[in-house]
Amino acid sequence: MIAILTFSIFAAAMIVPLFFRNGRRPTGWLIALLPLGVTAYLASLFPRAANGAPETFSYNWAEEFGASLSFRADGLSLLFAILITGIGTLVVVYSGDYLKKNKNLGRFYGWLFVFMGAMVGVALSDNLLLLFVFWEFTSLSSFMLIGFEHEKESARAAALQALLVTGGGGLAMLAGIILLGQAGGTLELSALLSNETAVQSHPLYLPALILILLGAFTKSAQFPFHFWLPNAMEAPTPVSAYLHSATMVKAGVYLLARLNPVLGGNDVWMYSVGGVGLLTMLAGSYLALFQSDLKRLLAYSTLSILGTLTMLIGLGTPRALEAVAVLLLAHALYKGALFLVAGALDHETGTRDVTKLGGLFRAMPVTAAAAGIAALSMAGLPPLFGFIAKELVYETGLEFNSWLMAAIIFMGLSNVFVAGVVGVGPFFGRLVKTRKKPHEAPIGMWLGPALLTGLSLLAGLFPGGVSSLMVSTAVSSAAGEAVKVKLALWHGINPAFLLSLGTVLTGIALFAGRNILRNVLRKLEWKWGPAYFYDRTLDGMNVLARIQTRLLQSGYLSLYLIIIILTLSFGAGATLFRIKDISLPLSFSDFRFYEAAIAGLIVGAALAAVVLPSRLGAIAALGVVGYGVALTYLIFGAPDLAMTQFAIESLTVILFVLAFYHLPKFNILSSPRSRRRDIGIALLGGVLMTALVLIAVNVEIAPPISDYFVQNSVEQAHGRNIVNVILVDFRGMDTMGEITVLGIAGIGVYALLKFRRNRGGRQ
Amino acid sequence: MKIVSLILRTTVRFLFPLLLLFAVFIFLRGHNEPGGGFIAGLVASAAYALYSIAWSSKEARHAVGVETRMLIGAGLLVALVSGLIGALGGQSFLTGLWGYISIPPLFKVEVGTPVLFDIGVFLAVLGVTLTIVFALEEVE
Repeated sequence: MIAILTFSIFAAAMIVPLFFRNGRRPTGWLIALLPLGVTAYLASLFPRAANGAPETFSYNWAEEFGASLSFRADGLSLLFAILITGIGTLVVVYSGDYLKKNKNLGRFYGWLFVFMGAMVGVALSDNLLLLFVFWEFTSLSSFMLIGFEHEKESARAAALQALLVTGGGGLAMLAGIILLGQAGGTLELSALLSNETAVQSHPLYLPALILILLGAFTKSAQFPFHFWLPNAMEAPTPVSAYLHSATMVKAGVYLLARLNPVLGGNDVWMYSVGGVGLLTMLAGSYLALFQSDLKRLLAYSTLSILGTLTMLIGLGTPRALEAVAVLLLAHALYKGALFLVAGALDHETGTRDVTKLGGLFRAMPVTAAAAGIAALSMAGLPPLFGFIAKELVYETGLEFNSWLMAAIIFMGLSNVFVAGVVGVGPFFGRLVKTRKKPHEAPIGMWLGPALLTGLSLLAGLFPGGVSSLMVSTAVSSAAGEAVKVKLALWHGINPAFLLSLGTVLTGIALFAGRNILRNVLRKLEWKWGPAYFYDRTLDGMNVLARIQTRLLQSGYLSLYLIIIILTLSFGAGATLFRIKDISLPLSFSDFRFYEAAIAGLIVGAALAAVVLPSRLGAIAALGVVGYGVALTYLIFGAPDLAMTQFAIESLTVILFVLAFYHLPKFNILSSPRSRRRDIGIALLGGVLMTALVLIAVNVEIAPPISDYFVQNSVEQAHGRNIVNVILVDFRGMDTMGEITVLGIAGIGVYALLKFRRNRGGRQ
Repeated sequence: MKIVSLILRTTVRFLFPLLLLFAVFIFLRGHNEPGGGFIAGLVASAAYALYSIAWSSKEARHAVGVETRMLIGAGLLVALVSGLIGALGGQSFLTGLWGYISIPPLFKVEVGTPVLFDIGVFLAVLGVTLTIVFALEEVE
């Protein structure tokens, strides 16, 4: 059932765009029913996961590779999956209004559902290869969604950047998964969990760990791969809210939490995961301070939270994992809301620059209220869920040393600051005139933020109920053992609370002086960041590609032929020379008259093709060569080959005639020297091929397989023509590949001719 | 390019249906005698190519009836489906499954997924060749 559920979302991705054909525009509310239903079903699975008997599904896929379609809905999976479909529902509704006038809304929904299905797949997969497939789908759909406004150069560049970074990480992860499978003996997650010691003492543990971490870090935009996330803000705002804040970027965090029981619990894990998380947290917190674009502000603060989550997983104590689950949930609720608010502001006022927004409370009261409450949760104020999350993070920090605590406080400070700038700044103070006259956003666009903040409030006020249950089951899966969590809003006056109070007050002070702070920090901006290296690397690769294209792809057919023939001759020739006892079985004794005649015909026609002074003549001569070869096939009992050869020769002549019509007048343009060179190369190639064929007849590396075909052709494949049986049955996969290549080549030729025609038309 | 040759046109008028019939014949005998989807595809392509030289690519396209690029896709799809039939039966991809179609006193024919696969090959070859031939012919 959970497998059908996942694939039903993919099916929706294909069906939904069809509703948008011929200018029809169904409402987002209707389309949102599917993710809503999926959410409800996933929620109904929770009690089973909490009782330790999660719903599973397994179907054999490709046993040889250890790949199976196995799904498992335990606490961590469900927490993540519900987050995805739940916020997805709101985003679907929101997009209906946000992209109301966009003509590609259908395509947008299609990719949004591909993404949703892939994310649910990542969350529910119990097989690492299956997880990887879904993982790649999230990168791909993210690429399409970031580049949704594909007329914009910056959107295309950002989409490509995100794809290259996360796709590269994905490849590393695939290698890591395979190594992990070898170390642990299985790719099933649930089975790996019991193999912890075997995995960690295996020599492949370290390479597997590094490669998997690369995948998780790139996906979750960890330092030094963090630069793609702020650039991904080129995407339409619902995409930023959904993919690049609430869900996709958390896939890396999810994977780390998932693999924590197998890979974690040692120093390497703690310092690599914890260290990278810490760096990301600091970088994100710092970079957020001087942004003025609403979405970039939110993106950098998302980075700081992603870093915090990663760091907490690295620390790995039960309390840290508890903080991960709570912060993940709290952040998705408030950050999703704030992103949607940012989109609404952009939509209603035409700008996202915080310095150009102010006093909008009167014009957009509902949006302002939602933004304000979400900001309170983000700043970590009671009685919101964000407060509980922050207290947990602080308490975890206090368990370790004061340096770590200082870093966490800096993160807290930055978040209070951003919360103020995004959630409070645009709505209070003096009304700033904007390009569009602001008014309240349509219901679809304020419902999302309102519901999400409502949940923040509810979860904060009543932490004991559903949220405790969800967090407990999730933390138990991440820790690999049963953990009982009891969340509470009020922990008494303890060091964590006092520190948190201090953070909020300092944060408010920073917020008051936000314009000065921004200007001061801007001056210190540093251009040698990782993004700089990404750009240089990309430029370098393009230069390299251009150089080697100029060298190898000159556009001269003769040069291509020379390269191919010489490579073949020297490559195969070198190998031939190393074989000592070559005997060429040349004997002319049992030669028949007509064989000699055909051979003579072929040779004569080949010579004629070279010397004839007209194209048509040369082609006719080549045709004779082909027919001669076909006759040879016929004599030596290969009628199928002969028939094919005849058909091919006839068609080739037709194609040549058609192509020649467009060529200039036949002339001898080459110099005698280059012709002598060509003769040499031709002779070399010919001699080598002849030698190869003669030797190949005599060398037997393995017993010929033809006996097998003869014996099994009628019996197993129901056919007496062995050649055809091989083509369509025994070697069907090869033929499949060949017709695919043929099809691609055909379309390539078509495109080339068409392109040429268009260019001609413009001239 | 416009060649108007009465001899060619008259010849093609007779050759065209014969060649197509021949292609069908080659295709059907393919599993037991020399022949098969690939050769049949080539012969059928030759028939249409001749037709298009004798008249025009426009009329040849009309004779084909569908966009030639669609034939490529259709061929690949048919081949894929023939492979999936085996896979859905729990065996590996492209496993040949055989059965009989029979009208008892009249005839009994063996059919299997490889026949479908061969149809796919036929369509793909026909599609590719005609796509190239027509495109070449239509270059200005």
